[in-house]
This record gives sequence, C-alpha cells and structure tokens, in this order.
Amino acid sequence: MSVEAKAGTRTETNTRTGADLLVESLIREGVDTLFGYPGGAVLPIYDALYKAKESFHHVLSRHEQGAIHAAEGYARVSGKPGVVIATSGPGATNLVTGITDAMMDSLPLVVFTGQVARHVIGTDAFQEADVMGITTPITKHNYQVQSMSDLPRIVKEAFHIATTGRKGPVLVDIPKDIAASLQEDSYDTTFQLPGYQPTTKPNPLQIKKLADAIAKAKKPVLLAGAGVLHGKASSSLKAFAVKYSLPVTTTLLGLGSFPGDHKLSLGMAGMHGTYAANMALYECDLLINIGARFDDRLTGNLKHFAKYATVAHIDIDPAEIGKNVETKIPIVSDSKEALTEMHSMIQESPRHQDWLEQLEAYKKEYPLFYENADKEVSPQWLVEAIYKETEGKAIITTDVGQHQMWAAQYYTFANPDKWVTSGGLGTMGFGFPAAIGAQLAKPDETVVALVGDGGFQMTLQELSLLQDKGLPVKVIIMNNEALGMVRQWQESFYEERYSESLLPVQPDFVKLAESYHIRGFKVETKDELEQVMPEVFAYSGPVVLDCRVLNLENVYPMIAPGKGLHEMIGVKP
Amino acid sequence: MRRIITATVQNRSGVLNRVTGLLHKRQFNIESISVGRTETESISKMTFVVEVPDFQKLEQMIKQLHKQIDVLKVSDITDKAIVARELALIKVVSNSQIRNEIQGIIEPFRASIIDVSRDSLTVQVTGKTDKVEALIELLRPYGIKELARTGLTAFLRGHQPQVTEIPDYSILK
Ligand SMILES: Cc1cc2nc3c(=O)[nH]c(=O)nc-3n(C[C@H](O)[C@H](O)[C@H](O)COP(=O)(O)OP(=O)(O)OC[C@H]3O[C@@H](n4cnc5c(N)ncnc54)[C@H](O)[C@@H]3O)c2cc1C
Ligand SMILES: Cc1ncc(C[n+]2csc(CCOP(=O)(O)OP(=O)(O)O)c2C)c(N)n1
Repeated sequence: MSVEAKAGTRTETNTRTGADLLVESLIREGVDTLFGYPGGAVLPIYDALYKAKESFHHVLSRHEQGAIHAAEGYARVSGKPGVVIATSGPGATNLVTGITDAMMDSLPLVVFTGQVARHVIGTDAFQEADVMGITTPITKHNYQVQSMSDLPRIVKEAFHIATTGRKGPVLVDIPKDIAASLQEDSYDTTFQLPGYQPTTKPNPLQIKKLADAIAKAKKPVLLAGAGVLHGKASSSLKAFAVKYSLPVTTTLLGLGSFPGDHKLSLGMAGMHGTYAANMALYECDLLINIGARFDDRLTGNLKHFAKYATVAHIDIDPAEIGKNVETKIPIVSDSKEALTEMHSMIQESPRHQDWLEQLEAYKKEYPLFYENADKEVSPQWLVEAIYKETEGKAIITTDVGQHQMWAAQYYTFANPDKWVTSGGLGTMGFGFPAAIGAQLAKPDETVVALVGDGGFQMTLQELSLLQDKGLPVKVIIMNNEALGMVRQWQESFYEERYSESLLPVQPDFVKLAESYHIRGFKVETKDELEQVMPEVFAYSGPVVLDCRVLNLENVYPMIAPGKGLHEMIGVKP
Repeated sequence: MRRIITATVQNRSGVLNRVTGLLHKRQFNIESISVGRTETESISKMTFVVEVPDFQKLEQMIKQLHKQIDVLKVSDITDKAIVARELALIKVVSNSQIRNEIQGIIEPFRASIIDVSRDSLTVQVTGKTDKVEALIELLRPYGIKELARTGLTAFLRGHQPQVTEIPDYSILK
C-alpha cells in the first residue's frame, strides 16, 4: 500500500487504538517486513497487525534474539531499517544482545517493545523491566511513549534517527494501555530535533588540505571501513583510488567496499589481516581513513600504529575522529559526499610508483597461505570451495570465531553488501539468523550462513524459519569440534590448556536438519565435500551441511595482543 | 585536569540519566553536577566539573555528549570569562559561647547563619569552589556534623575577551 493512498484515508477513521496508529505509522515508513515475537504487553499491537495482515510480512522467530539478528542481516544487505517487535520484560531483555550488536556496528534498527500499562510502571508489575534504563547505553536513542497523540511523531523520529547520520538502533517502548486505548486521533508527525543535525557535507578547506597531502605523499594508503558501505560510496571509492593509484586496505566490516580482486587491493588489515595491508598501514606516510573507526582489532598497539603517517579521517561521526588516533586532517562528512568532492580537487597526479611496487612485492612474498590437507578438509579450503561453487557472488553471513576470519581472508568480495558479520560486539549466535534476514531482503540471491559448531548451537532454533518461510539458506557448519578461536588462544597463550573449549559431543546435525524438514549432509573428507558441494547449491531449498574440518588448524597471520601491526606472526609457512 | 563543562539539554524524561550514564560508561570522572531549568521552557542547563587526563579525552567527552539527541549545546567554559558559583550548607557543632567566634570567621566570606539550635548552627555560603572549600576548612576544627554542596553552576560573563584557542585537531561543532 502506498504512503499516499493510506494518508488519503486517514480522515475516514478517526477513532482508533494506539496500536492502529502504530501500524499506520509503519506503513507510512514503507515497512513491509517485521521480525517479532508476541506476548501479553504487545497483544494489542499483534491484534492490529492481524487486521493489517496484507501490509506486512511478519517473521515469527523462535527466540527474540533470532528476530533481532535477522533484522540486522536484513538491514545490512538492504540498507533499509530492520524492524523488530517484542513483548515487555523477557521479550525486551532477550533483545539486548542484538541491540548492542547493532549499536556497535551502526546498523539501522527500529525496535518496538511492549511495556506494562502506565499506571503500574515502577511497581514491579508482571513482566515489567526497566527497558529504558537497560537500553539507554546501547541505543542511538530511545523513547517511552507517554501519550497516544505522541506516537506517530515518535515513530517518525525513530526511523529518522535510525537511518540518518551514523545509523544505529532506536527503541520505542509502548505501554500496553496506550496501544490498547481507543481515542480520537490527530495524526501529527511534525517533529523538530534541534539537538540532532548530522553533518554530511565536508568542509572544503579540509578537503583542500587532504588534496595537498595526497599530491605530496610518497607512501599513501586508503583504509576503507563500513562507513563506505553505509554511504553507498563503493563506486566513488573505486574511481578515486584508481584515478590517483592509491592502494586500498579494508577493515573486517569494510570488506566489499573495494573489490578484493583489484590490483590496488591489499586485502584486510588488522589482527588477522594480510602482511601487505598491515605493513602498508605501518610504513605509510599518509593514511586516509574513510569510514573506519580505528578499532583495536584493526590498529593493534596504538603506539606503533601508522607512526610515520599524516592521518586523515573521513567520518560522519565527529566523535570517532581523534578518538583513538591523532588526526591531522579531520573531515566530518558522509563518505560519498567527501569522495565526490575530493575526486575533482587534486591537481597533480601523485608519484609513488616505488611504493606501489614495494606493496606488490609484499603481496607476492607474503600471501595468505595454509597447508592443504590431503584427505581431510582444511577449513580454509572449505571457504575456497564455497567461493568456487558460488563464483564469489553469494551473500556470506558468518558467526564469530575462526571460521569468520577464514571467510574474511579467503572469500574475496568483489562487490559491496554481500558480507554480513558481527564485528564490534563479536556476537556468537549472530550468523545463522542474520542469514535469514539477508535472504528475506534478497530472495533471489544465494545466501550462505557459514557458522562454527559452537555458535550455530546458540541460535539454531531458527531452523524452523527456513521450513516455515521456505528460505533456501545454505547453512554450512565449519565443524572443528571446538570453540576454535578460544582453543587457538589457549594453544598460543595458555600452553594448550584447553579449558572448556572442546566440543567432542555433537548433535547429529543431519538428523537435526531433517527433523525441521531440511536437507542435511555430513562430510568428512575433501572427496565427499567435492561431491556434495554442487548438490548443496543446485538444490532449490535450504540445506544444512555439517563439514568436518581439521580440528587444530589456527588462523594466521596474527598480531598477538599488545603488539604492533609490524609484529605479525605466522606470515610464512 | 579539572574542567567546567556546561550542557544545554532538552528537558525530557531520562536526560540526566543519559548524560551521567554516558560519562560513567566512558570513564569520565564527574566531580560535581548541577542541573536546573533555564529562561526557556523545556530547556535545562547542566554544569559539570570533571577531571580529565588530557585534551584528547576532553574533546572526546564533549563530542560524546554532543552526540546525544537531547543535548543541544556543550561548552567547555573553563578558560573563558565566567561567573561560577556553588552553594554549601555546613552544620557545625556550636554552643552559645562559640557562636560569635564562628560569626567572626564566616563574615569575610559573606556567608550567613541560617539555622541555630542548642548544640549546632548551619552556615550557608555561596561562591567559587575554592572559597567554599576555604570556609569548610576553617570550620572543620569546630566539628562539622553535616555538609551538603550543590556543585558548581556557571555561565559566561556578558563580555568575553577576544582570544579563543582551539587545538588544531579539534573539530568541535
Ligand atoms: C574474532 C574477531 C576478529 C576480528 N579481527 C579483525 C581484524 O583482523 N581486522 C579488522 O579490521 N577488524 C577485525 N574485527 C572487527 C573489529 O572488531 C571491528 O568491528 C572492525 O574493525 C570495525 O570496522 P569499521 O571501523 O570499518 O566498521 P564500524 O565499526 O561499523 O565503523 C564504521 C565507521 O564508519 C562511520 N560511518 C558510518 N556511516 C558513515 C557514512 N555514511 N560516511 C562516513 N562514515 C560513516 C562510523 O561513524 C564509524 O566510525 C574482528 C572481530 C572479531 C569478532
Ligand atoms: C555470545 C558469545 N560468547 C562467547 C564468545 C567468545 N568466543 C569468541 S569465538 C568463540 C569460539 C567460537 O566457536 P565456534 O562457533 O565453534 O567457531 P570456530 O571458532 O570454531 O570457528 C568464543 C567462545 C563470543 N564471541 N560470543
């Protein structure tokens, strides 16, 4: 239903419930997909949704955490806000991990929680939780609706705040009596947010400074972060980098913002980044950060980070500039606006052929490597097999751990918005539900959930959704019978004391899949994997593939905690 | 270093919690905080005295405060021409013999005695923090039974000398 059509009808029904108003607000925001779970405090809202059934695709997860991670996956690949509904108390508290995850990774979500009726708030009423108190530090903003007439404005503000500037989660807490009360309404959405005016256009003086710095630089490097993807600036970035022959490295969350297979690409930087990328950041004389927040997994020990460089930082959030790394050229701006502005600014072409050759030599001398097992499946090889089978075009979601790092290293993303992973919070349990959201947003694309045997077991109840919604997600379990990343750290830093990190007892994932009416496969060797791989992807429905891999493989290269980017270990066989 | 920060905020429910929660979460030490309404309805003003290790942290704190949707303006007024006052109520052990003595001590501070009982009296003093602290120290030997301070509140003087110095990485907006 179009916004206009609905707006036109609004004067006809002027006695409605708060829940009806909410539904109209959602329709006006263009929302068509909802992720949620009902309960007492949101019964009026679910009743209104029932009446507006044809307007929404409601996805009933099997746990609220599943709903919110799915909404994150949906937001990440579509760029649209993910919308979540949960009931008061436990429904709301089950969302906390997902809200925090979205806050860390700047994903636009609008979360609606039910609340107990206004007159009992503060009395420890049944299923009351202080959702405002709990979520204030983990949301971009939150609201508790105090009167029905505020509701349309608050919803409008919530969507505005979630989707503009640095995106993020916004929560709206709706007391049950407001949702249920029948009132004559005046649908008023006029709002003013004088304290919220994101800067999106760069200051031309700073752009000029950066242009001069580029012209002078002998060893320039671009660092592309998720801010490039949020700004839909990938093609601008490519044009810019190519025009001035600037080598590009990305953060974990910036993968896909620049084609990983491009000559100028150095790959990912940071703790498990490539030698060339990390040395480029270490040795450069000009570092241009576009939309990355200099997270500690990226920078390593700050004392050594980019210590010979003039740092320029383009970020839509002024608070990120100068937070961790001293910045000589601060540019508060949307990534695309800044790149567009810069594109025409530089007069001289930079001369840094030596530098490019040096980086090329690093790439040749120190590529990513692993020892490919003869019979068994090396985990890196599994990622390469997925890459081959999907021709590098799939949407890949991951959970958190070793498999996540290998996916980042070996699935070379050539395009934006194909990579869905939990970076800032590192939330196990994220990967599989996120794939469900991604598949809903992109029904025609191949979506692979690459998960560890540990993390998958945190949210696998959402297998119901694959069956329920007919979603052809390919779940591939990189099964090392361990909490691999934890085991690796225990091996490296705790003298192989594998304290509570081995999972020798495993469910039969094939039977598990079958009990959800999903096709399940288990493979233990390379041969078997090569055999089932085409079948997994040729089949039109969902699949769970339990792929047993080498149990003791480690992710390299690595920068140990406290070390600088130039102190990588495991760079050569 | 000790800085005086003012924030103009929308007077919405939870705004104090937002601001103090933020400072706590980011490990900024608040020495005092005072909040009250302003000349504009729906707008309140907060004054914080904070202890920050360096200018980089200070800038970060100001930017984080500014990011809050309900915060309209944040200023570090430490180095500006300002008027800054706090009020303290000091209940001191006393009897009729030493009441006059105390009167003599507080007079240069333009403080006043606002409550008297058989064995105590309460002094009210207003002024800059160091003045308030000086008086407290002078009264301490008599035995302080109770002490309450409002924290500093401050704003710019009507006239500012024309020098402003902003570090060059700063992009406070
Ligand atoms: C096990 C594990 C290992 C990891 N290892 C690594 C590693 O080796 N290397 C690595 O890089 N990361 C690693 N990470 C991820 C790391 O923790 C961070 O999540 C990641 O580095 C952040 O990337 P980012 O700064 O690009 O994205 P975000 O954290 O999403 O930050 C995006 C930045 O862009 C800005 N922005 C948003 N929108 C715009 C816009 N429109 N225009 C301009 N700017 C905008 C934001 O203000 C923010 O500053 C790892 C995580 C895990 C769980
Ligand atoms: C919710 C949560 N709990 C704990 C952790 C700590 N942690 C990080 S990686 C990891 C191991 C993950 O194991 P698995 O899912 O099997 O993936 P693998 O590392 O083996 O690929 C753990 C426990 C986390 N990131 N998230």
